[in-house]
Amino acid sequence: MLAFTLRRAIQAIGVMIAVGIISFSMFRFAGDPVNQMVSMDTSGAERAAIRQSLGLDDPVIVQFGRYVANAAQFKFGISYQFRLPVTNLLMERMPATLELAICATIFAMLGGILMGVYSALRRDTLLAHAFQAISLIGISLPTFLIGILLIYLFSVTLGWLPSFGRGDVVHIGWWTTGLLTLSGLKALIMPSITLGLFQMTLIMRLVRAEMLEVMRTDYIRFARARGLTTRAIHFGHALRNTLVPVITVAGLQFGSVIAFAIITETVFQWPGMGLLFVQAVQNVDIPIMAAYLMMVSLIFVTINLVVDILYTIVDPRLRSTVSRAH
Amino acid sequence: MTDTVLSVRSLQVEFASRRGTLRAIDGVSFDIAKGEVLGVVGESGAGKSVTGLAVIGLIDPPGRIAGGEIHLAGTRIDNLPPEEMRRVRGKRIGMIFQDPLTSLNPLYKIGDQIVETIRTHLNLSELAARRRAIDLLAEVGIPAPEKRIDGYPHEFSGGMRQRVVIALAICAEPELIIADEPTTALDVSVQAQIISLIKRLGRDHGTAVMLVTHDMGVIAEASDRVAVMYAGRVAEIGPVQAVVKNPLHPYAKGLMGAIPTLAGEDKRLVQIPGSMPRLSAIPRGCSFNPRCAFAFDRCRVERPEPLAQGAQSVACHLYDNAPAESAA
Repeated sequence: MLAFTLRRAIQAIGVMIAVGIISFSMFRFAGDPVNQMVSMDTSGAERAAIRQSLGLDDPVIVQFGRYVANAAQFKFGISYQFRLPVTNLLMERMPATLELAICATIFAMLGGILMGVYSALRRDTLLAHAFQAISLIGISLPTFLIGILLIYLFSVTLGWLPSFGRGDVVHIGWWTTGLLTLSGLKALIMPSITLGLFQMTLIMRLVRAEMLEVMRTDYIRFARARGLTTRAIHFGHALRNTLVPVITVAGLQFGSVIAFAIITETVFQWPGMGLLFVQAVQNVDIPIMAAYLMMVSLIFVTINLVVDILYTIVDPRLRSTVSRAH
Repeated sequence: MTDTVLSVRSLQVEFASRRGTLRAIDGVSFDIAKGEVLGVVGESGAGKSVTGLAVIGLIDPPGRIAGGEIHLAGTRIDNLPPEEMRRVRGKRIGMIFQDPLTSLNPLYKIGDQIVETIRTHLNLSELAARRRAIDLLAEVGIPAPEKRIDGYPHEFSGGMRQRVVIALAICAEPELIIADEPTTALDVSVQAQIISLIKRLGRDHGTAVMLVTHDMGVIAEASDRVAVMYAGRVAEIGPVQAVVKNPLHPYAKGLMGAIPTLAGEDKRLVQIPGSMPRLSAIPRGCSFNPRCAFAFDRCRVERPEPLAQGAQSVACHLYDNAPAESAA
């Protein structure tokens, strides 16, 4: 088990180094960073001095080494537009994005599993067909459109929910949360639905398909032959077996929820990392873009690792094959 | 017979399909007495497994029991409401399926699965159920049951898993066990152990056993009586020695002739020409007539009904002398 975790961790580090190369090369291909920092009338000597002080004259490999060493300590340099350390900027914005992503994922998991189980067990009911239709909408409508439609309905027409921003937030250490105030909670509803709807329909379809598959297996037939109650068969046996692949997909999707948050955050002017990134792109603020790339990759890789480990907890067969293989 | 556990009368099972209704079981009747093992043999698709599933009430749509009656110890069970039938399953009828590798839920410890089944049917505490589960595992021959009870199915070999499945089937002391090809997926050396285990359990607890298989060796070894099925009907039924040594129905004769023996190795194996008809194209008259070497005109028109021949009963016109005499 430990060897398995270790091996996966080493693989994860390999992935991060590869991402580091891409992120580093952004600096080299997006023009001369010195030009971004100085004004028009800076002399050649001053430019050379800046170049010297930033170490831009060193060989590429040395620069890359320095970049990786700094990145490993979460130092991503100074933002061109804000003149502040990128790490501080990201940390400041992270709680907003994470809260949004977590709420969206919880919404997607709850809704997706409930609807999926229902439409698998009551396949021919009207409600099951309605769920299927909704899922088609959720999968095919683009996120920004859903966001705009929600704003139009609940903010503009009905005036129930705020159309942008995070509402009032409470500071807990460096973390800011909108979960403790009413306006924060209200502000969270529409962005969460917008961000989570696609995942919800995905999970719903997956749960439905898996559940139908599991219901056909021998051990479900045997469970029925043992006279277990329908409830025990559906929720004790079938659902747990269904959840194994669902955990993987939902876990991996959490990464893309954070990545997709860019669009949702833009639509709702949500003060998270995604919005920061969009602004960075507009202003060619490469340190932020590079750091954001590293950050999202780190989240993806970490989630992958966690999902692999979770897998072995849910499915005992993997536990022993894992320990036997090493 | 007063100690009849299972009585099946003119059972019919139909499957609705796009091309019309297919009759998988057409008028099957048999009895199983307390402590008796009835072997049910036949080719694939003869309706052996469907008969077993019909008895335990697990025929899924589009299939349905279309006619006949099933009685368990005097109570009719084929028309029970679903919830009452569920209580019969596992409690009064235990079932063993073909593949022990897929019969157990891979995510649960075997002990949890046994305790769950015990507590569904018997009013026992968690602890008492666990103690009973350990006793059951010991009874089906699993070594160190108090340790193995916390194992997961994948930690057991095929034969051991089938023993667990058997423990699950008998955990509420059922009156009847339906074993559907219980040894087909197992090694030959393990097959014998499982067969003798099922036989011993039947004897010790007075349980009636319906043993479905296509393996004549298993039948000869384990059962008291045997029913030979063909195309959804019982061709011949009788004491196992009589049917094996002296089969009456031409199909049963063919089946016995097709068994390789270790002794007379110079003897050629007899083949039955052709194959069993599909359900959508069962011939008129006796369903075996196109493959039968003894078929005559009447076989192609009239369906033979079971006739008593000593202890055996056979559905074949060859043994029906009465109309021939009256015609003469």
